[in-house]
Amino acid sequence: MLKISRYVWSDIIRNKVVIAYTLFLLVVSLSLFQMEEDPSKAVLSLLNIILIVVPLVSMVFATIHWYNSYEFLELLLTQPISRGKVFLAEWAGISSSLAAAFFVGVGIPVLIYNGNATGVALLLVGMLLTLVFTSLAFLASVRSRDKARGIGAALMIWFYCTLIYDGLLLLLLFAFADYPMEKPTLALSCLNPVDLGRIYIMLHLDVSALMGYTGALYKDFLGTAGGTVVTLGILLLWILLPLWMAMRTFKKKDL
Amino acid sequence: MRTFVLTVLLLSAFASGARTIEVGPGRAVRSLRAGVELAQLGDTVRLHSGTYREGAIVIQKGITLIGVGWPLLDGQGRYQQLTLSGANIRVQGLRFTGTGYSSMNDYAAIGIIDAQNVVVEGNEIRAAYFGIHVANTRNCSIRNNRIIGIPKTEQTSGNGIHLWKCAQMLVEGNDVQGHRDGIYFEFVTYSAIRKNNSHNNIRYGLHFMFSNNDSYADNVFSRNGAGVAVMYSKQVKMLRNHFERNWGPNAYGLLLKEISDAEITGNTFAFNTSGILMESTNRIDVARNVFRSNGWGLRISASCNDNVVHQNNFQGNTFDVATNGDLMLNRFNGNYWDKYDGYDLNRDGSGDVPYHPVSLYSMIIERNPQSVILLRSFMVSLLDKVEKAMPSITPSAMADAAPLMKPYQR
Repeated sequence: MLKISRYVWSDIIRNKVVIAYTLFLLVVSLSLFQMEEDPSKAVLSLLNIILIVVPLVSMVFATIHWYNSYEFLELLLTQPISRGKVFLAEWAGISSSLAAAFFVGVGIPVLIYNGNATGVALLLVGMLLTLVFTSLAFLASVRSRDKARGIGAALMIWFYCTLIYDGLLLLLLFAFADYPMEKPTLALSCLNPVDLGRIYIMLHLDVSALMGYTGALYKDFLGTAGGTVVTLGILLLWILLPLWMAMRTFKKKDL
Repeated sequence: MRTFVLTVLLLSAFASGARTIEVGPGRAVRSLRAGVELAQLGDTVRLHSGTYREGAIVIQKGITLIGVGWPLLDGQGRYQQLTLSGANIRVQGLRFTGTGYSSMNDYAAIGIIDAQNVVVEGNEIRAAYFGIHVANTRNCSIRNNRIIGIPKTEQTSGNGIHLWKCAQMLVEGNDVQGHRDGIYFEFVTYSAIRKNNSHNNIRYGLHFMFSNNDSYADNVFSRNGAGVAVMYSKQVKMLRNHFERNWGPNAYGLLLKEISDAEITGNTFAFNTSGILMESTNRIDVARNVFRSNGWGLRISASCNDNVVHQNNFQGNTFDVATNGDLMLNRFNGNYWDKYDGYDLNRDGSGDVPYHPVSLYSMIIERNPQSVILLRSFMVSLLDKVEKAMPSITPSAMADAAPLMKPYQR
């Protein structure tokens, strides 16, 4: 399995997209920290990158890479290796390379300029989101043989997570403005990994604002150690569940 | 030199006929009550270290009571230890504990009533219901006292320094914590509050009610339920104070309600849920303050009229300014906003396009507080951008016509 992952790695390094992604993240984060005199403001701008760019790149790259290495996978499956192993090796190769790119591109500047609890939270969420969206991309691409459809589905998932879901949530909040919506909102935000990551970082960043009003309740739940464990646990579920579903499909699939 | 000064002081004391009465265990006078009774006008009672459980003691003549080696007056959970009434009384260097609690009377470690020219200086008060309670008094100083309460609930804790119906008072250099309000002013006029540190109180660090023509300057208010509340008062000056870490639902650095003609200058508001909350205020001048890392820098309700906000620095706040309506009768001019992204072509130091400090999303949160959960999401920044391009919901009058390009330097 490790051997297959190594093949995936060498393939990824050869096509240079991940290296470009690393450099892009590195340049953006370094320039943000250089430009803003207040590192916490740079972290704020980085938050937007992490919540939008990281899922998008993870998703699109993983999907395209899956379709491009389809022949390679077919070849591998002619060998006496289980399908699950091949699948997991491919996932491990792609997700680890993307996570490494994120760590070098964002992690190192953040640790240098703003290595406090907020910085660590930012990195943790970025890493987890990378893995979540790689898993989702695998699910999208395993489900359809057609490349265009797969990429389309991946993009739709991304679009839904970053934009549509928040719009729907806001609509819901206004529709039920007269009811105590704190707990339902908390539950609903677990349905979107981007939201969950955002709230987790926000609790580190905007402590003062969140303490007011209903914010106190969110803080009480998500800001505690238990809340942190729950948040990270749900993000882990978001990695494992799509991966497991994708693997199940892949095992039964007529290639 | 010191002996010389002492001699001179003693001589002058003899010259004026004033005596010194030593009170303490193993001295001629053993009880404080007897010492106070013995003392004549102008005398000094020196209370030596020890614990005195003598119930309620009343001083009604102009004497000086000085503690030597921190004598402790224990109220045994039942009494108001010291009551001062009259003129020219001085109380210094005592320790107090165990003041009685009553829901009928406002028991205090030191009660001052119907008095003038009283000085209460350098005392330490612990576990009191009220720390220092002053009523119907003029021209007193309350200086450098340390007051440490046991925070319970708003109902069962008294105020640290409580002034009611006073004039020309000075409250300076005190450290108050663990009470309901650190310092409380009601019907107090022409008085000053300086260099106090009021922190970890249940309700407010400093509370003004119906108190006109007062000033408070160079104080620190941190970690209180809310920093300072100024209500129903006129002509209050608030200068160079620090309002820090007043966190919580409904927590403010400075709460202004029905205030007119006040001046708020050179203060620092940092890490508060809201820096300033203004309700129904008139003609307030807010200048040269720093608003840093607050949830809301300034919340100004639509009922405010004719206030001017100028030359302030707004840095790192989640929301700079929030309001609750369309009406805006206040002026913003020449402030520094770190979220400003305009330009300055003629290089005169102020931006060429007006800055609208109220974001759409802060209006949304004002209407539906639960939507704070969507803060910093992509959709919200998109909405804010759209609103900036075509303002429709945020009050268009709320704009800083000449925002500073660089932070205001004091």
